[in-house]
Amino acid sequence: MQRRHFLKNTMATGAIALAASSGLLVPGSVLAAWNKKAFDAKDVQSALKGAIGTELTEASDKIKIKAPQIAENGAVVPITISSTLSNVKSITILSEKNGTPLIAKFNLKGKSEAFISTRIKMGKTSNIIAVCESGGKFYSARKEVKVTIGGCGG
Amino acid sequence: MAKSSIKIRAKAKNGVVTVKALISHKMETGLRKDKKTGKVIPAHFIEEVVCEHNGAPVLEAEWGVAISKNPYLSFKFKGGKAGDTVKLSWKDNTGKSDSLETKVK
Repeated sequence: MQRRHFLKNTMATGAIALAASSGLLVPGSVLAAWNKKAFDAKDVQSALKGAIGTELTEASDKIKIKAPQIAENGAVVPITISSTLSNVKSITILSEKNGTPLIAKFNLKGKSEAFISTRIKMGKTSNIIAVCESGGKFYSARKEVKVTIGGCGG
Repeated sequence: MAKSSIKIRAKAKNGVVTVKALISHKMETGLRKDKKTGKVIPAHFIEEVVCEHNGAPVLEAEWGVAISKNPYLSFKFKGGKAGDTVKLSWKDNTGKSDSLETKVK
C-alpha cells in the first residue's frame, strides 16, 4: 500500500511542479522535486534565490540559532533553530562558506512549531544563516561558528 | 524484515509533540576521495524527509549534502496526543527510501 501511495504521490508532485512553474501555485506549498539548482548554487545569494525565491531577507532578532561557538569537528555541528515569529512556514539553513551554502529547507505544515534541531556539516569557520518565512516575508538571523576541522571533503 | 534505518521517538507534553529521529545513512557528499584508489566517492545522500501526524504531513524537509552523516532531526508540532501515529519517511538521491511509524508517548 505504501509503495502505491508513494507512486501516486510522485506522479501528483510532477503535475503540481508543472503547475507551480507556470505560476498557478505558490511554490513551497507543494513538495516539489528536489531543488537541485538551489543546492548546487555556489554562493549565498543564488542559493537563497533558488531556495526561497528571493535573496532579500530582513534581519530579525526573533530567530534564535543555537550552535556551538567553536565546533571541533565540522562534520557534525549540532544546531537548533527556533523562532517566536508567528506562523512560520519554512526554515532554511545555510552555511555561508560551504562550497554549496544551502544546507536544508524545512517546510512546516500548519501544526508545526518554529523549531528545528539537526546536525550539519561545515567546511570552515563561517556564519550560519537561518531564514524563516512568516506571513509571506523572509526573516533571517546569523551566527558565527568557528570550525577547527572541516567536514566537507577530506 | 531488515532492521529499519530509522529510530524515532515522539513524546507529547501539553499538547505539543516533540519528535526526535535518527536515520542511519552515510550522507556522502560526492567530494570525498577514496584514500586507497584516489577516486571520488559518488554522492549518496537523503534529499527528502517527510513526517506525518495521523496521516497528515507536518514537516517536509529538503536536504542537501551538508546534513551530517547519520542525520539527527528534531522538531515539534501542536495538536498531538499520546497514542497518535507519527510516521517518518525519507528518500535519497539514488531512489532508495524507508519509513517508520511510531506511536506518540
